[in-house]
Amino acid sequence: MFEQLSENLENVLKKLRGRGKLTEKNVSDGLREVRRALLEADVNYKVAKEFIASVKEKAIGQEVLKSITPGQQIVKVLHDELVDLLGLERSELELKGSPPHVIMVVGLQGSGKTTFVTKLGKQLRDKGRSPLLVGADVYRPAAKDQLKTNGSKVDLPVFVTEHNRVLDICAEAKQTARKNHYDVLILDTAGRLHIDEEMMDELSDVKQQMQPDEILFVADGMTGQDAVNAASEFLGYLDFTGVVLTKMDGDARGGAALSIRSVTGRPIKYMSVGESMDSLEPFYPDRLANRILGMGDVVSLVEKAQETIDEESAKKLNKKIQRNEFTLADFKEQLQQIKNMGPLDQLMDMIPGMGKMKRQGLSVDGSEFDKIEAIINSMTKEERNKPGIINGSRRRRIARGSGTSVGDINQLLKQFQQMKKMMQQMNKGKMKHQIPGLPI
Amino acid sequence: MRSAFQKLKSGLKKTHESVVGRIADVFSGRTKLDDELLEDLEEILIESDLGVDATMQLLDDLRDRASEIGEVDIGALQEVLQNEIKQLLSNGSHAVQPESQDGPQVIMVVGVNGSGKTTSIGKLAHQFKSKGKSVLIAAADTFRAAAMEQLENWADRANVDIIVNRKAKDPASVAYDAAAAAISRDVDVLIVDTAGRLHTQGNLMDELQKIHRVLGKQIENAPHEVLLVLDATTGQNAIMQARHFQKVVEIDGIILAKLDGTAKGGVVVAINRELDMPVKYIGVGEGIDDLQLFDPEQFAEALFY
Repeated sequence: MFEQLSENLENVLKKLRGRGKLTEKNVSDGLREVRRALLEADVNYKVAKEFIASVKEKAIGQEVLKSITPGQQIVKVLHDELVDLLGLERSELELKGSPPHVIMVVGLQGSGKTTFVTKLGKQLRDKGRSPLLVGADVYRPAAKDQLKTNGSKVDLPVFVTEHNRVLDICAEAKQTARKNHYDVLILDTAGRLHIDEEMMDELSDVKQQMQPDEILFVADGMTGQDAVNAASEFLGYLDFTGVVLTKMDGDARGGAALSIRSVTGRPIKYMSVGESMDSLEPFYPDRLANRILGMGDVVSLVEKAQETIDEESAKKLNKKIQRNEFTLADFKEQLQQIKNMGPLDQLMDMIPGMGKMKRQGLSVDGSEFDKIEAIINSMTKEERNKPGIINGSRRRRIARGSGTSVGDINQLLKQFQQMKKMMQQMNKGKMKHQIPGLPI
Repeated sequence: MRSAFQKLKSGLKKTHESVVGRIADVFSGRTKLDDELLEDLEEILIESDLGVDATMQLLDDLRDRASEIGEVDIGALQEVLQNEIKQLLSNGSHAVQPESQDGPQVIMVVGVNGSGKTTSIGKLAHQFKSKGKSVLIAAADTFRAAAMEQLENWADRANVDIIVNRKAKDPASVAYDAAAAAISRDVDVLIVDTAGRLHTQGNLMDELQKIHRVLGKQIENAPHEVLLVLDATTGQNAIMQARHFQKVVEIDGIILAKLDGTAKGGVVVAINRELDMPVKYIGVGEGIDDLQLFDPEQFAEALFY
């Protein structure tokens, strides 16, 4: 899901990241490519345009955090805007009033309504409800059979009739529900191409009669620019309460997901991601935004950094790096700040690519940090500021003092030299190649 | 009885109104090809699902022509754009009807879930039937609930025979039986339905290959046509679908279903531009005879006039 969009966006962001400073032009160029990536993902043209305008406004002129690269800031702006576009927060199914509750499921032909109705029924039953699926699609040949077969697969009751009068079917289903104590009716309605006015009128009649708690509009996740047309039309007729995205397990580009909420103002409530009857996921805007940006949870990381790192000392540190005055004492201070942000392995989890590396056997724990701190603590002030003076006898003393070995001291000093070298290169803007898998 | 052209035209009316109507709007009253005009055009083309690449290409060409002409004649540029689109539609597409031959002509129909396979098969069967061909349908979608019932229903409407095996778990076995039946009943056309699958599901794609093989064992060179059904409302993902299916079975042509919804047509341009896979039929309605042979010339004409 979203691989294509993710990949395209990551390529754009790669160019933005690692820049010492972001100019208006950097941002504009980058955002033009973001826009292209969105359009290639079938995001509606107007939605993409507004999105870019909004990101641009927020990204340009924003003060860049010292603890991270400025490119990362763009990622955060993009992410926040994406979450905003996707609906900010998880929107739950709302079944109010007295049972039987009615959920009306509507959508275009072939969007996946019948399958969704079954999945939803199963999920509700698993949560202790007692749903009745209602075959109210009297037009598509064998639609009722499909619902019946689906229902029996997961052992859910299905209400179908011989006759084809939709309003009667609904009324009879409600009676049946009352009699047999079903508390949720899920109506599988006929899906047509939305230009069919007659059909829409019939759905309006059903709505009028049944007074549903929820009307869910089912949209195929692979739909192109037409997604917003269909959604708007259904909204106009039925004023639906929520959106369901189906077929999100293919390489759906997600344009529909990004556009429909924004155009209709209705929340996306579920996402259907597989053939199995359990493959119905609640929709979390922030998590989806993370997936789209292929970024693990860098956002939390950035926010944590914002919370814990003191801006003034970050500024000071940055100056020191620029003047090549970074010392072991500064290094220790930095380590402490990172430790303040939380357990190391949890931090690592927020970095994209790290999860995979961990699975492959990379272990991270804080003890390495403790060791380094102990070593630096055993140094004199002079040694911390001028590591060059640390000769053999000093090394032996530090090793004894910190409970480590001379080998450990050698390793740390070597790493520190490499780090300083890297910082110098960064200052000269030569830092072209970053650690693979790391966006920072 | 409306002519095929009229029907196509009315099916495409929405497309016509939204694309061409808007293009005409955009050009009218303009005197120079500036960024604003280009952006308006871009919006129209993107919103018609032409895709970014095709759109950029069209606009680049337009820009080039404008600088060639020097003095900008907006009317001439409009013509340039229309011709370009027509040309993209004509690229590599040639409408072919299955030919008669010795033994049954086997057509295998594939596509993702909900693209309109079963409906297209019903219409296709009806079309052959009304041309005096004997048709047999194979219900080799053993996966989707009630797929067989739906297909039986269509077979009924088209008044053709159908091979169904409710106990079969393996679609290839249904295909095998159907091919045998097609031979013994000496039918002209055998149309094989397959289960809808997302093109990203490897195991199901393997299953397609098996059905393909099984048909070939019974009838020489079968299937003679493999048609991919695409939902016209699908966006740029349609190109990915076509590519994935092409990797598994040789696709001979596309049925573009549901073209009677709102503004479509752009997918066709993108597909014709990127893949050597002609669109053969378009579905322009819900009636049994609402399947048209795709004719790029006529299609483009219906778009522009």
